[in-house]
Amino acid sequence: MFENLTARLARTVESLRGRGRITEENVGDALREVRMALLEADVALPVVKSFIESVKAKALGAEVASSLTPGQVFIGILHRELVELMGGAREGFNLRAQPPIVVLLAGLQGAGKTTTAAKLARWLIERQRKRVLLVSTDVRRPAAILQLERLAQQVGSEFWRAPDGAPPAEIARAALDQARRSVADVLIVDTAGRLHVDEALMQEVRDIDAAVNPAERLFVVDAMAGQDAVNSARAFASALDLTGIVLTKADGDARGGAALSVRQITGKPIVFLGVGEKTEALEPFDPERMASRILGMGDVVSLVEQVQRQVDVQEAERLAKKVIKGKGFDMSDLKAQLEQLQQMGGVSALLDKLPTAATQKAMPAAQGDREIRRQIAIINSMTLKERHTPAIIDGSRRRRIAAGAGVQVQDVNRLLKQFMEMQRMMKSMKGGKLRRMLGALKGGMPPGFPR
Amino acid sequence: MFGRKPKPAEEQEKQGFFSRLRARLNRGDSFLTRDIRDLFGSRQIDAAALEELETRLLTADAGVEATEHILEGLRKRVARKELGDVNALIAALRNAVAEILAPCAQPLVIDESRKPFVVLVVGVNGSGKTTTIGKLARRLRENGLSVMLAAGDTFRAAAIEQLDIWAKRSGAAFVSQQAGADPGAVVFDALQSARAQKVDVLLADTAGRLHSQSHLMEELKKVRRVLQRVDPSAPHEVLLVLDANQGQNALSQAVQFHEAIGVTGLVLTKLDGTAKGGIVLAIARKLGIPIRFIGVGEQPEDFGEFDAQAFAAALVEGKGNSDGAAAGGDAQAAGR
Repeated sequence: MFENLTARLARTVESLRGRGRITEENVGDALREVRMALLEADVALPVVKSFIESVKAKALGAEVASSLTPGQVFIGILHRELVELMGGAREGFNLRAQPPIVVLLAGLQGAGKTTTAAKLARWLIERQRKRVLLVSTDVRRPAAILQLERLAQQVGSEFWRAPDGAPPAEIARAALDQARRSVADVLIVDTAGRLHVDEALMQEVRDIDAAVNPAERLFVVDAMAGQDAVNSARAFASALDLTGIVLTKADGDARGGAALSVRQITGKPIVFLGVGEKTEALEPFDPERMASRILGMGDVVSLVEQVQRQVDVQEAERLAKKVIKGKGFDMSDLKAQLEQLQQMGGVSALLDKLPTAATQKAMPAAQGDREIRRQIAIINSMTLKERHTPAIIDGSRRRRIAAGAGVQVQDVNRLLKQFMEMQRMMKSMKGGKLRRMLGALKGGMPPGFPR
Repeated sequence: MFGRKPKPAEEQEKQGFFSRLRARLNRGDSFLTRDIRDLFGSRQIDAAALEELETRLLTADAGVEATEHILEGLRKRVARKELGDVNALIAALRNAVAEILAPCAQPLVIDESRKPFVVLVVGVNGSGKTTTIGKLARRLRENGLSVMLAAGDTFRAAAIEQLDIWAKRSGAAFVSQQAGADPGAVVFDALQSARAQKVDVLLADTAGRLHSQSHLMEELKKVRRVLQRVDPSAPHEVLLVLDANQGQNALSQAVQFHEAIGVTGLVLTKLDGTAKGGIVLAIARKLGIPIRFIGVGEQPEDFGEFDAQAFAAALVEGKGNSDGAAAGGDAQAAGR
């Protein structure tokens, strides 16, 4: 819903056109746009101010290569600067300490601590082959402990259930004893959501911290958080010696400016991103991608990753061979493709990851998903012979297929026409890359596309 | 000037919802106007003072658009020499804020000809839907209405149990199915049961969902369709719960939930953070959806109706410079 920064800049950098370098006068408007866009992306004001200063310093006098527009150079500088701000040395999750390694999660109410605890447990169990014990010290929210217990079952982690009425620090200490007894590798301590201005509760989390001496103290923050993220991050960082940040709900359409603010204020690295409701939806943080996202340039890398994860590799290879030969791509293959698209959450889930400039030109997402269902139904109503050689589908067959799929004959016609076009495109492409496919699909990349 | 020493007992009794709101919204002093008198007290209102205000509005999550709107008005009045000093500026700011908020201050009215009056509660993950239902149930019960809660969040682990605890606390009836059940089926059952038992208000919980997940928004539409099969006029209220700590994305949430199922009212939770609830301004400016309730803390008393004047005063007036103009006081009973 927010105008993409790239598009905004495209207008303001018009004034830069035709000049060899970026100067004080001509960069002013562009910087104002950047300021507004960053504020709309919920980057905290003090962070925005210092960021603008450093971008200005770098942009002034920057040479504009002849193959690029000044706007592209400028966005390149912005992007690099953001990446630098959000990156930083990270030795990875600390798993080398003496087991049981204790991980403490803290944050505001509703940030997603309990879900993160379960995701982290699953990641440790499945990817790192660790034995994990989960414990909840949230004695305040109704059913919070039960929630973590259920999640522990789901991810195959052990769970420490404290006796009723035990204070949080006691629960944590008892869980640590249990972790030692049961030779768990990692103990993950979930805590109650608390406001950073609530002194009593901040003391409580310090007590828990003192009781178990965690190797990792992670601040869990909502990617949709507003300006106040700075204040809460500062307060949590002063109460606990934080070692890292987990950014949750990053699968929404929030720009995630909070990531930048929190990174700046705490000086601690962002370790993980929560990207969905399911317990496997935890990704390592990548500053490059986050920078693109804050700038509204879309997240093509994670789109590719998602495709790689969910596409049946053998099936895809078989298809690719057919495509390279330029023949044999039939309706059954189209159906398989459509079904894979559906598995990935449909068109809308994929469009979310594309740059806004590209998606604006695309069809409305929901309509796209309906269309896919309809197209699959049409293919289902064809005989195997028809699917293999669509050329034989005449008027009478079309009427039968339309009746079978519950659609109009025009819909069948449209699908057949699209299929023919696809075949033609594939022949000309001969296994081109995703980049070219996207280009062919939506009429070229938006301006200022990274790399 | 002299700090009046409050008598603790009396003070506490008097602390109605409004004063709690003021205290919670401005832990300490008004964020917007704190020390602005010291900074600009003796001076003419100039560009620097306005710029400082702009910064503070932006930092309170008011958003670029609402901030510019307010400042434009103030700048014009400064240019016309209408605002001589800081006090006049603060008063003008309060009025500007109240003006933006006024159209949204429409309390939820329970239409008693609808039995049950169906309230569907929606929002993103972690915004405070279940807690809001708990507090709302308690409030309705205190007003003598019979209430039923429907555990429509069948996805999140232990969400059903969490709502059950709230039902017991508030004395509301409770309808649920097993975890993983179809939320449509749960609300369908609940609505029929509420009808049979002649319950006044049915509060239906739903799973938290990000507004950008189209299949989950489809699920919500289905819940709505299923309700309409039993009662074509249902749901009578669709409450979108927004976390006030969220930034400009709250706008995107409101727009997309509204497009999907037609939001009729907003609830703003967790206004007791330190970012002072400026997002309310952005939402009121852009959407104009009625703001029904706000939550400023964990206690049951920390949940009340939204009052534009009171909110503007709480936002703008710091501690110790209350001028008594803040009407509104404690929120009125919901529904009656």
